[in-house]
Amino acid sequence: MTPAVEPKVTLDLARSLGLTADEYDRVIKRLGREPSYTELGLFSALWSEHCAYKHSKVFLRRLPQSGRRVLQGPGENAGALDIGEGWAVVFKIESHNHPSFIEPFQGAATGVGGILRDIFTMGARPIALLDSLRFGDPADPRTRRLIDGVVSGISWYGNCFGCPTVGGEIAFAPEYAGNPLVNVMCVGLVRADRIFRARAEGVGNPVFYVGNKTGRDGIHGATMASATFDEHAEERRPTVQVGDPFTEKLLLEACLEAMASGVVVGIQDMGAAGLACCTSEMPARSGTGMVVELGAVPQREEGMTAYELLLSESQERMLIVAAQGREKALQEIFAKWELDAVSIGQVSDGGDLVVRHRGDEVAHVPIEALAEAPVYDKPFAAPAWLIERQAFDPLSLAEPTDYGEALVELLASPTIASKQWAFRQYDQQVGINTLVLPGSDAAVLRVKGTRRAIAVSTDGNGRHVFLDPRRGAALAVCEAARNVSCAGAEPLGVTDCLNFGSPERPDILWQFAEAIEGIAEACRALELPVVGGNVSLYNETSGAAILPTPVIGVVGLLEDAGLLATQWFKGADERIALLGPDAVSLGGSEYLWTRHGQLAGRLAPLDLETERRVQAAVRAAIGAGLVTAAHDCAEGGLAVALAEACVTGREMAGRGMVGCEVTLPQDGRCDQVLFGEGPSRVVVAVDASRQREFEALMAESAIPWRWLGVTGGDRVRVRMGAITIVDLGVDRVEHAWRNGFERHMA
Amino acid sequence: MRFGVVVFPGTWSDCDFHYVISEVIRQPVKYVWHRDRNLDDLDCVVLPGGFSYGDYLRAGAVAGRSPVVEALPEFLARGGLVLGSCNGFQILCEAGLLPGALMRNECLQYRCQSTHLVVENVETPFTRALRPGQVLQMPISHGEGKYHADVETVRALRQRNQIVFRYATAEGKVTKAANPNGSIDNIAGIINEEGTVLGLMPHPERAAESAMGGTDGLLLFHSLLGSLVEDGTFSKR
Repeated sequence: MTPAVEPKVTLDLARSLGLTADEYDRVIKRLGREPSYTELGLFSALWSEHCAYKHSKVFLRRLPQSGRRVLQGPGENAGALDIGEGWAVVFKIESHNHPSFIEPFQGAATGVGGILRDIFTMGARPIALLDSLRFGDPADPRTRRLIDGVVSGISWYGNCFGCPTVGGEIAFAPEYAGNPLVNVMCVGLVRADRIFRARAEGVGNPVFYVGNKTGRDGIHGATMASATFDEHAEERRPTVQVGDPFTEKLLLEACLEAMASGVVVGIQDMGAAGLACCTSEMPARSGTGMVVELGAVPQREEGMTAYELLLSESQERMLIVAAQGREKALQEIFAKWELDAVSIGQVSDGGDLVVRHRGDEVAHVPIEALAEAPVYDKPFAAPAWLIERQAFDPLSLAEPTDYGEALVELLASPTIASKQWAFRQYDQQVGINTLVLPGSDAAVLRVKGTRRAIAVSTDGNGRHVFLDPRRGAALAVCEAARNVSCAGAEPLGVTDCLNFGSPERPDILWQFAEAIEGIAEACRALELPVVGGNVSLYNETSGAAILPTPVIGVVGLLEDAGLLATQWFKGADERIALLGPDAVSLGGSEYLWTRHGQLAGRLAPLDLETERRVQAAVRAAIGAGLVTAAHDCAEGGLAVALAEACVTGREMAGRGMVGCEVTLPQDGRCDQVLFGEGPSRVVVAVDASRQREFEALMAESAIPWRWLGVTGGDRVRVRMGAITIVDLGVDRVEHAWRNGFERHMA
Repeated sequence: MRFGVVVFPGTWSDCDFHYVISEVIRQPVKYVWHRDRNLDDLDCVVLPGGFSYGDYLRAGAVAGRSPVVEALPEFLARGGLVLGSCNGFQILCEAGLLPGALMRNECLQYRCQSTHLVVENVETPFTRALRPGQVLQMPISHGEGKYHADVETVRALRQRNQIVFRYATAEGKVTKAANPNGSIDNIAGIINEEGTVLGLMPHPERAAESAMGGTDGLLLFHSLLGSLVEDGTFSKR
């Protein structure tokens, strides 16, 4: 086969690869010459938004990144926190939005594969996956096809690999119809002193290519993920990679075995921009250089060019810098797992990346140059239309005539309803660590050999962020942390996935900048370091951007796994309390959207000190064994939280349903009190015999709280003053909640 | 009792079985690599769940022809016991050590959920600690768990009392609604004619600690431990 003729390097070619004219000039200035075709490919990938964070870097610096438990902050494959007794938790969230829109099954599957590798390159064994998904209206057959493809892809990859999917959320809004979001978070466990990093230390150390063979799939994936879509999006299908979870499982076992044997100096996953990324980022972190021979790369197609070999995003591959003299041991481990492990070069001094292909030098660039992508500090401005949206008063709309019916309707809205249709397609227990299965506020996993457990949750409400990016993003942090607190765990750290439209539009960049400020404020107040994450920009199709959607993943620690809480009521005659402030708003609420089709209004105020105290009080009450259930008030407000606490135990834990009888304060209009959304609010059930102790603890906690009523019976009954405004059988409530999403997918 | 947990490329319940055997029932246990033919120092071999060889051909098809599985007849001949769960059951069928086959779930989707099993046969080394008709709760997690065999085979299984577990309601009623994958006759687990090879789709190792939601899976292990008599040979029933 004759090798393909390389195109001539011109400005037009550079542009077609995603570089701007200024950036192309910058490359020429930095090299002092025109780049070769292969070199141009390196720059186009490493200077893409996806790899270089050109537009987001100036903002990301605002996030707090340190804390006493931080073992690894941003900049590595994943972040790591110390959880005591010699253990560390390694975690990260990442998006695979663009590929999942083009090819839902493989896009989502390889999203799972990518984040798993990020965790096990750190030396950690993955123990949990969570998926945060956003779609358009599930009543639309095209959206259903996307949902089915994405869920099947996640199911296929995670199940075959053998990592349980324990949580996440799925929400629906028309703004995601042309741009679904697929964010996957993975959590792993590692001994705190056995964390590996993506560094190329030790001049002369051999560089090994391990794992799957390289093909032409995924070339320019990183560049594709750094542009908006138009009606020809489907033509980009060849840029989506194809996953092989079986090979990934072998790669996991081989890598962990190699790490344990002491042959691994540094290791990085070949994710976005494949070999190009690894061969430049690893030496960049260590101030070294690298010399590689591409002819040695295991290939599954014939006649691949240097350009293709460097930029392929074939899955399930790693680059390992091995200890000199231990090459044979490394190769034996990979041979046992029937995987390739081939030396393709070595660590060099001098700081250059030298790439050869069958002896010919095809690229020779200073690694610093590749790492020096331009950083943009572009202008941003609040959009003029926002003021009008915020000015809308939801109380100008008519009240429902039947509040019970309104609650049933809300419980059946796909965003609030049960997601069991998706979760039952995922293995939730492999590894036998899952103490709380998906569906409660947070998933809980034990740490074997200790009394400890970790709790994990992801959250993010695009409507809230759309109406008020700063407060909305802060609310996402608070809610994810509150969910973890509702399991009884102390939140320890954050990973964030920032999904936005094109940063080249000043209003989108403003949303982004404000959201970062909100995350930073909330993280500082709750003392949560952000130890890693991912930015996904350009989530637009034909000029329509998604709702700005920062998804926040929080990991927390329970020192005693025996003292965990779940969201459902356990039995009759327990006292129900509401912790937190009364202030709520229908602005941006699920109720306003579901019932009135409106996305407008103002969010309820957020007081971060109250938030911190409420969470501490919930944890203290759970830790003291006073509380038998704890559930955060989120979408749908207090009424939905109460209804869920009554009925979700049946599906999640095979328990009977438990009714409730509560009296709410007459503090505003009924629809606002029932369905209004506001921060820092948690419904708890208290053991009746320990009511006094609970009251004393609340007084000590200095938080607003009130008794609402009691559990029991088979009806969800809500009174406002002396008038009963909701009186529904638990069967009816459960049916609405259980079928609200599934009815679209059956 | 000395256990061996087989590891194929792609197995993932190996660590879970190993943990339950060593930490919960506290018996000696080791991993057995799929290329190993030497099962001399073992009393019970466990074929765990997972996706051996990715299950890219048919579930269990490649593993069913592996060296360790080829060594099983000899191991059985000298009195060994074999327990296959999930992928292990699929492998045993592919290897011809159990009749029938596991096909794609009737719903065409993967299913991870809790199931109830009614115990049909307590005259086996794996179930002798149980009562006839007892209902156990154990989770399933599979995409290809629909048990199928021809009419003759199913009749023979019934006649010889080889059907050990059937999917049922919490009350022990065998109904269509209680069948999670479309298995013929609600079959969840069967045993060979000799009563030495048990295959089941549910995961007993996931129901072995109260923290994990139940301990019914332990009853299989308790049955096994009880069936080893003092002189170290297996009691013949």
